Amino acid sequence: MSATAATTILDPEAYRPDFPILSMLLHGDVPLVYLDNAATSQRPRQVIQAIVDTYERHYANVHRGIHWLADQSTDLYEDAREKVRAFINAPAREQVIFSNGTTGSINMVARSWGDANVRRGDEILLTEMEHHSNIVPWQQLAVRSGAVVRFLPITDDGQLEMGALDQFLTERTKLVAVTAISNVLGTVNPVAEIIRRAHQAGARVLVDGAQSVPHLPTDVLAMDCDFLAFSGHKMLGPSGVGVLYGKLDLLEAMPPFLGGGSMIRRVRLDGFEPGDLPAKLEAGTPPIVPAIGLGAAVDYLNAVGLPAIHEHACRLTEHAHRVLNAVGGVRLLGPDPSRKGGIVSFTLERIHAHDVAQLLDRHGIAVRAGHHCAMPLHKRYGVNATARASFYFYNTIAEIDKLGEALRQVKGLFHRHD
Amino acid sequence: MEEEDLYQDRIQEYYEEPYHRGRCPGCTHAHQDTNPLCGDVIRLELQIDGQGRLKEIYFNGDGCCISQAAASMLVEKFDGRSVEEVKKFTATEMLELFGVRLTANRQKCCLLPWRVLQAALYSPVSQAPDVQGSDGPGRSCR
Repeated sequence: MSATAATTILDPEAYRPDFPILSMLLHGDVPLVYLDNAATSQRPRQVIQAIVDTYERHYANVHRGIHWLADQSTDLYEDAREKVRAFINAPAREQVIFSNGTTGSINMVARSWGDANVRRGDEILLTEMEHHSNIVPWQQLAVRSGAVVRFLPITDDGQLEMGALDQFLTERTKLVAVTAISNVLGTVNPVAEIIRRAHQAGARVLVDGAQSVPHLPTDVLAMDCDFLAFSGHKMLGPSGVGVLYGKLDLLEAMPPFLGGGSMIRRVRLDGFEPGDLPAKLEAGTPPIVPAIGLGAAVDYLNAVGLPAIHEHACRLTEHAHRVLNAVGGVRLLGPDPSRKGGIVSFTLERIHAHDVAQLLDRHGIAVRAGHHCAMPLHKRYGVNATARASFYFYNTIAEIDKLGEALRQVKGLFHRHD
Repeated sequence: MEEEDLYQDRIQEYYEEPYHRGRCPGCTHAHQDTNPLCGDVIRLELQIDGQGRLKEIYFNGDGCCISQAAASMLVEKFDGRSVEEVKKFTATEMLELFGVRLTANRQKCCLLPWRVLQAALYSPVSQAPDVQGSDGPGRSCR
């Protein structure tokens, strides 16, 4: 996950016409300002068309039928796997497992690799900034195995306490599970360094790439992660498909997580032999069309260019910090914008985040409000809810300015009795 | 349209100048709950006398305008009323008391204090003063 050198400046207006939803008018005549991309992105026509084409011309179940349509859909599904493989620089296509999302991928590792490898007294190291989907599966594993879940603390400005990492990595640490970009703070974490130090301590590392894979170039070989989990729907793809990447020896040793069709070589009445990767970990009919849609999304992202996407998000984040600070009474969570991806969470003095979000909606502005599936993180900062604006490459500087102007009006509405 | 009314003066006044927000003197019953979707917290403290009346009723909490204003309205309505009246007060009536039509998602905010009040009737606090919830409702909620 390394940022490459200077790229040409991305012009969001060049891409917005590809996204039908972005030209929608809300509440009669208010243009949509979609700033909820960390929850889910929107889709371009190219992805929508790939889905329509599949259903209209190529659809059958995969890896089963001996008929023309079954060959068509199988080829498209496996092409999508190859596109994803290249996108994250995985060595082999068997290392790309289609799941139903980041949550599904993490649970697969916790259930399969975790149950086979984690024992009583072992430690699983997480961080205080994880999403619930990278906390709860490990808490469940701890209950099953007797292992202990520990949390690397974070600083007041929303960065990992890297100085404490070596203390938290012990000979009992079996796994480190860490997000590459915090879904609340926006912090871009030094995952390559965490992985290097964890490996020195003999621990495996799972990277939650739900926020990073859509925004930063991802190279699983350079990063050297053992597992990477991410979702299609945050990177222009459909919901219902996600990816688990794993090192080959780890995936090969993993017992099948779900039993059923596809994942077997042979079934007898007295037992079964599991099939080869990736089928072994894709029991049942997989998310065929969502995966094909994800392949089209990868094509689109490659055409835009990940380094340019990241730079644009950083530009928007910097601008958002300036604009929000100028509103007055806004508390921004997380580090300096130079250490953030395209995510800005904030509170507005004396106005609850839900009310902020509801009033912004009047201006057509979509932001998320709440704890963003990160309750421990909100507790850490003494807030029970924040509003979050999150950007993608189709967002514009003008949209951030609208956010600032709308927040001024929200303040005026609430503080009119002052 | 209902949303236009959501932040009307009446609601805002309940939010910004709430009725009986704070600790209940001589509290005999108390309950606190959160809305797991958003983390809003409401605590209700009651003093129920020998005649089954809510001699005192106070709320505290942390949350959006709707949940806090709804709690304020509820406390105002039932101050001095009987336990039996509270028990008969339905969720639908709570939404009517709030008076602004709410979307399904925001109805949960409005109904949180109602749910907490119903539960508080069945949640006596220990006789020793300030054993339960002594660390300041609202602050200690989470």
